[in-house]
Amino acid sequence: MSASTTTGTTTGTSTGTSTGASNGTSASSTPDWRGVSAENQDEIPDSVGIVLRDRSRRLLRSLLRPHRRTLALVLAVVLVENSARLAIPFLVKEGIDKGIPPMQTGQGSGTLVAIVAVVGVVVAIQAVSRIAFLLLTGKIGQQVLLELRRRVFRHFQRLSTAFHDRYTSGRVISRSTSDMDAIEEMLDTGFDGLVTAALTMVGTAVLLLVLDLRLGLIALLSFPFLIWLTRWFSRESAKTYRRTRETVAAVIVHFVESMTGIRAVQAFRRQGRNEEIFEAVNDDYRLANERAFRLVGLFMPGIKLIGNITVALVLLYGAFRVFDGAVTIGVLTAFLIYLRQFFEPMQDISQFYNTFQSASAALEKLSGVLEERPDVSAPEQPHPLPVAHGEVQLEHVHFSYVKDRPVLPGLDLSIPAGQTVALVGTTGAGKTTIAKLVSRFYDSDQGVVRLDGIDLRDLDDTDLRRHVVMVTQENFLFAGSVADNIRFGRPGASDELVRGAAEAIGAGSFIEALPDGYDTQIASRGARLSAGQRQLIAFARAFLADPAVLILDEATSSLDVPSERLVQRALRTILHERTAIIIAHRLSTVAIADRVLVLEHGQIIEDGTPADLIDAGSGRYADLHEAWLASLV
Amino acid sequence: MPPSSVTRSRPVQQKRRSVTSLWRLRGYLRPYTGSLVLMTAAATTGVFVSISIPLVTGALIDGPISDGDRGGILPLGLLALALGIVEAALILIRRWVQAAAVLGVETALRNDLYAHLDRLPMAFHSRWQSGQLLSRVTGDLSTIRRFSGFGMLFLVINILQLTVVTSLLLHLYWPLGLVVAVAAVPIVYLSMSFENRYVAVSRRVQDQQGDVATQIEESTLGIRVIKSFGRSEHAFEAFDTRATRLYDSQLAKVRLQARFFTFLEVLPNLALVVVLLLGAIAVGRSGLSLGTLVAFITLMLQLVWPVASLGYILSMAQEAMTAADRVVEIFDTEPDIVGGTTQLSEPRGHLRFEGVGFRFPDAETDVLHDVDLEVLPGETLAVVGATGSGKTVLTGLVPRLYDVTAGRITIDGVDVRDLTLPCLRQVVATAFEEPTLFSMSARENLTLGLPDASDEEVRAALEVAQASFVDDLPWGLHTRIGEQGMALSGGQRQRLALARAVLAKPRILVLDDTLSALDVHTEALVEQALRNVLARATGIVVAHRASTVLLADKVALLQDGTVTAAGTHSQLLATVPAYADLLGAMAETDAEVSA
Repeated sequence: MSASTTTGTTTGTSTGTSTGASNGTSASSTPDWRGVSAENQDEIPDSVGIVLRDRSRRLLRSLLRPHRRTLALVLAVVLVENSARLAIPFLVKEGIDKGIPPMQTGQGSGTLVAIVAVVGVVVAIQAVSRIAFLLLTGKIGQQVLLELRRRVFRHFQRLSTAFHDRYTSGRVISRSTSDMDAIEEMLDTGFDGLVTAALTMVGTAVLLLVLDLRLGLIALLSFPFLIWLTRWFSRESAKTYRRTRETVAAVIVHFVESMTGIRAVQAFRRQGRNEEIFEAVNDDYRLANERAFRLVGLFMPGIKLIGNITVALVLLYGAFRVFDGAVTIGVLTAFLIYLRQFFEPMQDISQFYNTFQSASAALEKLSGVLEERPDVSAPEQPHPLPVAHGEVQLEHVHFSYVKDRPVLPGLDLSIPAGQTVALVGTTGAGKTTIAKLVSRFYDSDQGVVRLDGIDLRDLDDTDLRRHVVMVTQENFLFAGSVADNIRFGRPGASDELVRGAAEAIGAGSFIEALPDGYDTQIASRGARLSAGQRQLIAFARAFLADPAVLILDEATSSLDVPSERLVQRALRTILHERTAIIIAHRLSTVAIADRVLVLEHGQIIEDGTPADLIDAGSGRYADLHEAWLASLV
Repeated sequence: MPPSSVTRSRPVQQKRRSVTSLWRLRGYLRPYTGSLVLMTAAATTGVFVSISIPLVTGALIDGPISDGDRGGILPLGLLALALGIVEAALILIRRWVQAAAVLGVETALRNDLYAHLDRLPMAFHSRWQSGQLLSRVTGDLSTIRRFSGFGMLFLVINILQLTVVTSLLLHLYWPLGLVVAVAAVPIVYLSMSFENRYVAVSRRVQDQQGDVATQIEESTLGIRVIKSFGRSEHAFEAFDTRATRLYDSQLAKVRLQARFFTFLEVLPNLALVVVLLLGAIAVGRSGLSLGTLVAFITLMLQLVWPVASLGYILSMAQEAMTAADRVVEIFDTEPDIVGGTTQLSEPRGHLRFEGVGFRFPDAETDVLHDVDLEVLPGETLAVVGATGSGKTVLTGLVPRLYDVTAGRITIDGVDVRDLTLPCLRQVVATAFEEPTLFSMSARENLTLGLPDASDEEVRAALEVAQASFVDDLPWGLHTRIGEQGMALSGGQRQRLALARAVLAKPRILVLDDTLSALDVHTEALVEQALRNVLARATGIVVAHRASTVLLADKVALLQDGTVTAAGTHSQLLATVPAYADLLGAMAETDAEVSA
C-alpha cells in the first residue's frame, strides 16, 4: 500500500506532539478552536529542496525521454546564445581600445565600423538564438505538462475508491490543479532564469579571468560571499515559504467554510467569533508573509551590496592598473559591463527560488501519487463475459478496513440470478461493505467474490461495470443537461430511452416541470434540485444502464414516501429479471425483496423471505417490523 | 464547462470608473503615511545614488587617469565604494518599510471584506459561489497589494529615473542623449502593446485553466459514479479536450513571451551598438572624453529596466483597478437583512405566521403564500409536505435567513424584523438537514450558538443527540472535524448539528428533517431524548416519517406553498388522505396487496 502518501501520516500516534505544535503556533488569542488533527499529511520534509528524490527524478526522466533530440538542440542553441551575449562587452572593449585610437590619429573609422558591424551581427545571432531557445523550451515544457496532466488524471481515475476515501477529494484536486500550476510556473519563468543565470556565471567568470587575471581574481573574490548569502537565503526561505503556505491555507479554509456554511454562521450568531478567528489566521498569514518579505528584503540588497562593492573594488584596482598601463580603458569598461550582467540575474534568484521550491515539492507529491499502485488491479488476462446472468457468490470472504478490525470475518453468501436480496442490520454490520465488494470498489482480503462463477478479479473492468451497477446515497450530478446525466449510464442512448428510463421510475413528471425539461442545465451539481430529485435522476441513470446486477445502497433515503412508493412500484418490474441487492433503513423498501438477510458484525444471523421472517414472530427482523408498524400509527 | 448561471446571476456590472474604485481604497494607506514617505524618499535618493556611480567612474577616467594624478584615484574609488554601500542600504530600508505597510493594507482589507461578507444575507450568498468570493479575497487583494506597494512607487520612480538620466545624457553629450530620448518612446510603446497582448492571452489561459480545474473537480467528486458505471474513458476525453485547448493557448503564450523576452534582452545590446558607434565617433573627433563615453555606456544600461518595465507597471495598474472594482463591488452591497431595535428580555416563544408569503428574488412564482400558523410557548408543530413544498424555506424565515415577501412573522407579538438580529437568533436555533461542520474542534462546532457553554451543558446536549461517538474520536471533543479533519458519516454529522441546536438553549427550536440519516434504532433514542427538550421550548419539526411527527403536539400539512390542513396527527390521518399518503401509512397495505 501507499508508501508515499502515508509517509508523514502519523495519524493517531503523534497525539502529544502535534497538540503542542498546533497550539503553540496558531493564534494565541483563540486557543484550541481548531482542534487536533493529523497535521500536514502532505508535507514534504524540510530536507527536500531543489534536490529531488529518486522517484521525482524517475518521473522527470520518463517525461523528458521523448524530447531527447530537441533537448540536444536546445543545448546547442543555448550555448550559441550565451556566447553571443558574452561576446558583446568584449567587442565593446575592442571598439574602445582598437577602434577609437585610429580615429584620434586621423586614420579613419574603418576599424570601428567593422567592429560595430560585428557587434550588430552578434546581437542578431543573440536575438535569433534567444527566440529559438525560448520557443523550444516553452514547447517542450508545455508538452511535458500536458503529458503529466494526462497521466495524473488517468491515474487518479484508475486508483481504487479505497484510495480516494483515504486521500480525500480535496487533496486529489489540489494535486491535479495547484501542484500542476506550481510546475507550470517554474516552466514559465524559472527554468529559463536558472539556465541563463548558471551559464552567465560560469561564462563571465572565465571571461573575466581571461581578460585580465588580476582584475578577474578581484571580481571573483565576491563568489564566496555570494554563495554564502544564497545558501543562507535558500535555507531560511524554505522555512518561511512553508509557513506562508500553511498560513494561507488556513485563511482559505476558514474563508471558504464560513462562506459555504453561512447559513449556520448567521443562524447561530457566529459572526463575531468568526471574525475573531479570521483576523487571527489572517494575521498569522501577514506575519509569515512579512517574514518572507523581510528575507527577500535582506537578500536583494545583500546581493546589491556585494555587487556594488565588487564594482567599486574593480574600478579602484582597475584604475590603478590602467594608470600603470597594465590594462586598457576598454578592458575596464568591459569589466564593468560584465559585472553588471553578472549581478543583475542574481537579483532574480530570490524570485525563482520559491518557484523552484514549490515546483519540486509539487513534483515530489505527484511522483508519489503516480507510483501509488491501484489496490484493485486490472487482470492480466481478463476472462470475457459478454452476457451475464447475475449469479453472485461470496465465498469465505474476509474483509477489514483497518487491520485487526474485521468487518466481514468470513462470509458465505450465494445469490441466484434474478433474486432480490435486502440487507438489514445496524450501522457497521457490513451491509455497505458487501455492496462495495460485489461492485469491486474493494477487493476482499481473503476469499472470492464471483459473478456467474467468475472471480471478479479476472473480469475486465468494462465488462464488470456493464453488468454490475451500484446506486448510493451519494447521487452525484455532472454539469450538463438532465438528459446527459441520465445518459451517463448508457452513452449513446436515444432520447426516447432516456425518457423511458425516467418515466419508469416516476421521475418523468418532475423533470418535465423543470424550465427546459430534459434539457435543463444542471448548475453547480444540482444545487437547485432537492435531494430527492437528485436521487431520482441517479436512479434513472442506473436503470438506463440496464445491468444484470443492481445494487441500491440507501438509494431512496431522501425521497418522500409517495415518491419512494412510486420507485418501489417501478422496482418490482425492473428487478423482475435482475439480481438486486438492496440496503435500506426503511422497512417499506425491504418489503419488495425475495429474501432478507439480517446482518450483525459481518455475519448473517437471519435469512429468509420477509413473510417467513415476520411469521417466525421472535427474530430480529420480526422485532424491527413490529417497531416499524408501531411507528406508522 | 463553467455553469452559465454563475455569470448570469452575477450582479450586472456597470462600467464604473475603475480609478475611482482604487482611489476609494486609499484610506487603507493612511496609517502608513510615514512609511510611504520614507519609502518614497529612500527610493528617490536611491535613484540619484545609482546615477552618480557611473559619473564617478567617468570622472575617474577623465580626471586622475588622463591627468596622471595617481593620488586622485583612491578618493574617487572610495567614493564609488561608499555610494555603492549607500545604494544597498537604501534598498534595504525601502524593502523593510514596504513589507509592513503593504501587508498591513492587504490584511486590513481582507478582514473588512470578510466581516462584510459575514453580514450579507443568504440571498447574496446563494447568488455568489464561494470560489468567486475567494478569488476576491486572495487574488484581487494581492494584486492591489502589489500595485500599492510596488507598482505605484516604481511608476513614480521609473519616470523620475527616466527624466533625470535622459537629461543627464543630454547634458553630457546632447546628440547621444537625443538618440536615447527618441529611442525610449517606441520602446515604451512596444512594451506596452506587448504587455496588453500578453494580458489578453494570460486571461485566456487562466479561463481555460479554470475549465480544466472544473473538469478535474467534477471527475474527482464524482469518481464513485464514474467508476460504478465504468466511464473513466468518457471522463478522460472530456478532460483531455479541455487540457489540449489549454495547451494550445499556452503555446500561443510561449510564442508571444519568446518574442517579448528577446526584445527586452536584445534592447540594451542594440543600445550599446548605437552608443558605441556614435560615441566612438564623437570621441574620435574629440567632442567627447573617453571617461564620459564609459559613463555614458553604463548610464544607458541603467535606463533599460525603467523603460522596459514601464509597460509592465502600467498593465499592473490596470489589473489593480479591475481588482479594486471587484472588491468595491462587494463593499457596495448593503446587507438587506438588518436587525431592528427591539430586544425581548424574557422571550416566551409564542410564534405566529400571519399571511406569510415568500418568493425568491429572480423567481416568477411564490414558494410560499398565505401561510397562517400559530405555535404557543412550549408547543411543538410538525410541518409535513412533499419534497419541494417549501418546508425548508419556511424554517429559514423564522431566524430571518430569508425575509418574508408578504405578511409577517411574530415572536411574542413582535415582528421578527423589529428584533435585533442577535436577539432573534438567540431565541431561535435551527438544526439543518444538511449539517454544516467547520474544520474546527468538535467542541467549537458544538458551541457555535453558546460559545461559553460549560462541559456539563455540552455533555447534556451530546446525550440528547445520541452523539457520544465524539468520545471515541482520537482526541475526543478536541478532535478536529469537518472538511479538513475527521470524516464523519451523514448520521453523525446530523447528530452533531442537532446537539449544536439543542446546546444553544433556544426558546424556539427548529428541526429541519434532522433525523433523516439516522438508522431506526438511533432515531428512536434521539426522539426519546428530544421529547424532554421540546417540552421546554417551542418547536417546529420538519418531518418525513410518522415517528418524527409524533414528537409534535400538532401538525400542519404544506401543499403547493400553503397550509392545507392542520390538526393533530390522528385527526389528519383519519380525515386527510393526502396526509396519510405522505406519511406512508398506506405503504403497508400496499405492500401486502402485492405480496
